[in-house]
Amino acid sequence: MSNTLGIVGGLPPRSTDQTKSWNMRLYIAGQTPKSLRALANLKQICEEHLAGKYHIEIIDLLENPQLASTDQILAVPTLIRKLPEPMRKIIGDLSNAERVLVGLDLRPRA
Amino acid sequence: MGDILEVEHRVYRMTAGMHESQQNPRALAKASTGIKGLDEITFGGLPKGRPTLVCGSAGCGKTLLGMEFLIRGTQFGEPGVCITFEERVEDLVANVASLGFDLPQLIAEKKLRLDHVRLDRSQIEEAGEYDLEGLFVRLGYAIDAIGAKRVLLDTIEALFAGLSNTGILRAELARLFSWLKDKGVTTIVTGERGEGQLTRHGLEEYVSDCVILLDHHMSDTIFTRCLQVVKYRGSLHGTNAYPFLIDEHGISVLPITSLELQHTASDERISTGVARLDTMLGGAGYYRGSSILVSGTAGTGKTTLAAQFVNAACGRGECCLYFGFEESLSQVTRNMRSVGIDLAPWLQAGLLQYYGTRPTAHGLEMHLVKMHKLVEDLRPRVVVIDPVTSLLSSATPNEVKGMLTRLIDFLKSRQITVFMTTLTFEVEHLEQTDVHVSSLIDTWLVLRDLESGSERNRGLMVLKSRGMAHSNQIREFLLTQNGIELQDVYIGPAGVLTGSARLAQEAHEEAEELLQQYALTEKRRQSERKRKALEAQIAALQADIAAEEAELQQLARQEDLRQTRRQQDRTAMAQIRQADAGRAPALAGDTLPTGKRP
Repeated sequence: MSNTLGIVGGLPPRSTDQTKSWNMRLYIAGQTPKSLRALANLKQICEEHLAGKYHIEIIDLLENPQLASTDQILAVPTLIRKLPEPMRKIIGDLSNAERVLVGLDLRPRA
Repeated sequence: MGDILEVEHRVYRMTAGMHESQQNPRALAKASTGIKGLDEITFGGLPKGRPTLVCGSAGCGKTLLGMEFLIRGTQFGEPGVCITFEERVEDLVANVASLGFDLPQLIAEKKLRLDHVRLDRSQIEEAGEYDLEGLFVRLGYAIDAIGAKRVLLDTIEALFAGLSNTGILRAELARLFSWLKDKGVTTIVTGERGEGQLTRHGLEEYVSDCVILLDHHMSDTIFTRCLQVVKYRGSLHGTNAYPFLIDEHGISVLPITSLELQHTASDERISTGVARLDTMLGGAGYYRGSSILVSGTAGTGKTTLAAQFVNAACGRGECCLYFGFEESLSQVTRNMRSVGIDLAPWLQAGLLQYYGTRPTAHGLEMHLVKMHKLVEDLRPRVVVIDPVTSLLSSATPNEVKGMLTRLIDFLKSRQITVFMTTLTFEVEHLEQTDVHVSSLIDTWLVLRDLESGSERNRGLMVLKSRGMAHSNQIREFLLTQNGIELQDVYIGPAGVLTGSARLAQEAHEEAEELLQQYALTEKRRQSERKRKALEAQIAALQADIAAEEAELQQLARQEDLRQTRRQQDRTAMAQIRQADAGRAPALAGDTLPTGKRP
């Protein structure tokens, strides 16, 4: 499935239904510099690689603490790729774009 | 007034650390763990509102200790939160259910909350800076949801396996522990034992208030768990490694060595069950709450003496607890029936509790913990350990001595009379026990073989008995159909006589007695006869004397008669001769001597 994405560089030439919608969740805990950085970095990466086919949901754990255990959130910020399956989890302020792409299976693992 | 209080206060601090936290308002507040024994060791519990590190190798009971801490807390009205990093919630529930704790019930009552933090390094990509606020949020949410006062983090070191950035991790852990302190929750953090340090990732660096180390060791294939309070800032604590037990009711830790000898000694005396032995012990038997040891070689009747004591105690309506290390219950009851001691009614009435186990079934400490538990549960007045020497098969004499010291102290503090038997192997060292407990013993009876005349008999003596006048005699110890009987022994020129030699001696003496009696009556008869003969002789002589006297009187009378006659004759003659009538009496007087002739 996702492991078949073996293309280096550029937009992945994906035309299957699977790739049409990227559903992601970003967990933050308050408007901290790290959260804001993570959101900015995420938007940039998505615009670059997934323009038009992604959806980001931001969950502030300070407002909805009960959601933290549902998605097994420990570190903040945490980005979760809900769709396409399988679920992927990336933690940190997403400043390392290479690792984000690897984590999202947009880049092959080294 | 103030001075007096001050002095009293100081005395308290000196004598009993246990009271310190209660007496001194500035002392560290403590949260009772509710775990048997652990509160005693820590003099009240874990530091309240602070984290405690529980570390140890795999399978030593860290999680269980933490869970019991939470569960007991719910009983004290302190709800608890458990964040588990390793076990799934379902597994945890199943694991503690086997120890009699109903977690789903507690969860439903909002007294407990479990949260499983799953971390899989392969599923997580780290891209940039992060913190562990998610964990804080989860923990904070769980704590606030039920108003928790206690927290278990089991085991937080899993974070090191799940996250690669140890710099962030360490900073976050430090923040976590200070956050927990701010929250005022009493926390247990578990950690795996590491090489050269307490925990693999140095958790002790963050948790500095109290550190408890769990350990286990194997000796001769016997497994023993032990617990040690390595550190307890601002509080007294027991420093030894205390054995502990995990059984169907959770953890029991054994605070072993009581530091003080403070048990009160009773003046009450209780029968040994053998009347003659009571008289040997100052006429009243053992002291209540004393320790009694019966030592002897094989087959000298140690168990019977124990059973006789138990029988007497049950007869008084006292509960007895019997630890048999060599015989099964039915074997003991059968054997005792053969000497007329029927234990069955006491067993049925529940007065006698028999606990038979092989000494090698557990480690020594486990035995001790089990004994403690049984004593606590059954509250007997009399405890029998038969024989203590069996325990040597699972430990060294020193360890056994240590264990027995603790046990005797424990029993004495509860005024429980303890009766122990010990098997002596070498006849030469009868007055020495293999477990070297003699100094702990109040009353020591020695049973020994007395060999003579090609037979073997039993002898009993009181080697020592503290606080009472006791007999110094060896008594022969007989097992009859009516229980134990004690007989005096004969001490003759050939030494102590027992058994058939004693019987022979008795028969011999009886015969001699008879002979002597016969001789005496014979002598008496003879002397009687002689007396009678002499009396007859006396009578004859007296008769002779009487006859003589009669004759003499006869003669005197005749003489008188003759005199009178002669006078008359003379007077008549004078008259005839017509002599001077006046001189006639004078003449008569002159002639008197003739009258003397017989």
